[in-house]
Amino acid sequence: MSTTDAVVDTRRGVDPYKIGRGGYGGGGRATGHGEGGPASKSVIVGYGFWLFLLSDIVLFSCLFAAHAVQRNATAGGPTGPELFDPSSIALETTALLLSSFTCGMAAVATGVRNQLWTQIFLLITGLFGAAFLVLEARDFTAMIERGASPQVSGYWSSFFAVVGCHGLHVTAGLLWLGTMIAQIYVKGFRPNILRRILCFNLFWHVLDIIWVALFTIVYLIGEGR
Amino acid sequence: MTDHGDSDDVIPGLIETGPYSVWEKVEVYVLGLVLAALLTIAAFYVVHTHLIWGPAIPMALAVLAIAQIGVHLVFFLHITTAPDNTNNVLALAFGVLIVTLIIGGSLWIMGHLDDRLMLMGQVVGQSTR
Repeated sequence: MSTTDAVVDTRRGVDPYKIGRGGYGGGGRATGHGEGGPASKSVIVGYGFWLFLLSDIVLFSCLFAAHAVQRNATAGGPTGPELFDPSSIALETTALLLSSFTCGMAAVATGVRNQLWTQIFLLITGLFGAAFLVLEARDFTAMIERGASPQVSGYWSSFFAVVGCHGLHVTAGLLWLGTMIAQIYVKGFRPNILRRILCFNLFWHVLDIIWVALFTIVYLIGEGR
Repeated sequence: MTDHGDSDDVIPGLIETGPYSVWEKVEVYVLGLVLAALLTIAAFYVVHTHLIWGPAIPMALAVLAIAQIGVHLVFFLHITTAPDNTNNVLALAFGVLIVTLIIGGSLWIMGHLDDRLMLMGQVVGQSTR
C-alpha cells in the first residue's frame, strides 16, 4: 500500500474498484493493472492456489449433493443417526477448529519471521490434525463393525465418500505440514518457502470450512430429523 | 512476504500487509476463534433443543453453518471487501454460484424424480424404497 504515489492515491478515492476505465488507466504503478507490469509471483501463486481451493470446494459440493440426495436410501440397513456418536463429532470439530486457529498463529509468527514460534504453532496444528484423524478412524471402524460399511446402501456409500474425502485431504495436509516444518528448519524463510507456507495456511483453513459444511449437512441435519 | 510492489492486489490468507502489530493480528484470530466456537456450540445445541419448531431446525443449522463459514472467510482467510480484494471476492462469488447450482439443482431435480417414482410404485403396487 505504501508504495503508491500521491497521484494514484487521489484517483483511488474517485474510482477505488477501477470499474470505470477513465480514471485509472495511465501512470499507475500498481502491478497487474496495465502499465504496472505483471503481478508479483506471490500474488500469482496465492491467487492461483485460491482458485484451486475453490475448485476443490466445488468437488466437495458434488459429494455433498450425492449424499443429500441419498439421505433416505438406507436400503433397510442402519441409518446414520443410529450410529453417529455426537460427542466424538464434537471433539473432532473442536480439534479441527483449534488447529485452524494455531495455523493462523503460525502465519502471524511467520509474519515477524520468528522461526521458533512458527515451528511450535505448526507442530500444535499437526497434533490437532492427527487427533482429528484418530477420532475419525475410530468412528469409521465403530460404524463398520456395526454393519455400516460402504457397500451396504447408497446412504453409506455417499457418507464414506464425502467424509472419507475430507479425511484424505486432512491426511495430505498433515504430510504437507511435516514437509513445511522440515523446509522451514533447513531453508529458513526464503521467498519460495514463504509462498508455500501461505498456500498451506489457505489449504488448512479451507479444510475447516469444508468440515463446517460437513458436520452440519451430514451429521447434525441427519440427527435432527 | 510480498515484493511490496503489489499495491492493488492482496492474496487471501495474508494478513501481513497494513500497519498491524503482532497483537492486533492475534486479536483478529482470537476473535474469529471465539465467534466460530460460539456458532459451533449453537449448532450442536440447536439439534436437541425444543426452543425451535422441529421442522425449522435444518434451516437454523444451515443459517448457523453459513454464518460460521463467513466468520472463517473473514477472520482466518482475511477476505475483505476492499478494492485490493476484488479478484478474490469475484472468484469466491463464482465458486458459491457453482456450489449453489450443484447442490440446489441436485436436490430439486432428484426430489421431484423421487416423488414421481414413489407415485409409480404406488400405481404398480410396490414401493421403490
